Amino acid sequence: MAKEKPGAIEVKAFTDHHVITPPNPLRKVLHRVIGKDLDDPVARAEKALAGLSGEFQNWMAIEADRLSAAHATILRNGFTDDCREELFRAAHDIKGDAATFGFPSAAAAAESLCRIIEHAPDLDEVPSNLIAHHINAIQAIVRQRTKLDTVATAGELSRQLRGIADEYLMQANRDRPEHLEAIMAPSIAPVE
Amino acid sequence: MFRIDFNKLRFLVCDDNPHMRRILRTLLHSFGAREVYESEDGATALEMYSHYVPDIVITDWSMPIFDGLELAQMIRQPDSKGNPYAPIIMLTGHSEKRRVTVARDAGVTEFLAKPISAKGLYQRILNVVANPRPFIKTKTYFGPDRRRNTTNTYIGPERRIGGEVEVLQQPSLLDKARSTV
Repeated sequence: MAKEKPGAIEVKAFTDHHVITPPNPLRKVLHRVIGKDLDDPVARAEKALAGLSGEFQNWMAIEADRLSAAHATILRNGFTDDCREELFRAAHDIKGDAATFGFPSAAAAAESLCRIIEHAPDLDEVPSNLIAHHINAIQAIVRQRTKLDTVATAGELSRQLRGIADEYLMQANRDRPEHLEAIMAPSIAPVE
Repeated sequence: MFRIDFNKLRFLVCDDNPHMRRILRTLLHSFGAREVYESEDGATALEMYSHYVPDIVITDWSMPIFDGLELAQMIRQPDSKGNPYAPIIMLTGHSEKRRVTVARDAGVTEFLAKPISAKGLYQRILNVVANPRPFIKTKTYFGPDRRRNTTNTYIGPERRIGGEVEVLQQPSLLDKARSTV
């Protein structure tokens, strides 16, 4: 799309590496604006996102149901590789999407569930209630959001679940330093 | 201040989640992009990459069959017939620092942890357009220069040989600490 005549690729050779400077075909799409720029693409995008927000509740309900379905399969079949993968992917999607959709507490609970799936030495040994409570919490946060007093409760619920999950993971991984390090490492996700 | 002509850019978006694809499409169209191609898995994205020759790739990490990391590695093949230099922005729910390192070592240009925001996405796109980094090819790596810091004072064990850094004499951190006591 951003086409220009292909320039030469510049290659500098060193002892154990090459530094390659390819031509930059994107340079032509960048313009310096003199004076005040009245166009604000970020504000325009935020407005468009706000226009989509009417669909977010429904999207979250779909994501939460997918998570519950994955859990139901595990209760029937146990933690097979495919079942584990689907549970993780469903939780991981909620972790990534829920805050954008206006459900930060659901994202926090999903992150806690992802940590359990990723770092528990043996998922069959994880207390079944711990996983079920996470899923029930996410469902409740999504379904009960319309009530005015639920925001603080949802936040507290997620915090408590994370605390219990972390305590379990720290104990279960006491002899696995690489997992302990990952469990304790701070998140790089932007703060809402 | 700089402005990007988004209507001259072609994007390839790869995410298995249809809701996130919708969000990305909405954001990119709002920025002014007209050509946004979408794929729900890495294998299809690779085919689309060869066919549509996008200017910028935005990919999720975790996807079935063929994930975003593998997609980045497949694009970053120095001897491939396609373009191995296109900027790759990895947009992911993974939020651990070690993941950033893994993505960087697969040749990803920018890393954006979810939750996504219009500002965060815009800044990553602006950065790949305005500040392209040279590519480095070693026996084990091909991708954008992993050094963001342009000073030549890096004294870590994985420094390259043959550049200016080779001849710099740097005191160790321990010596530095001792000298300040």
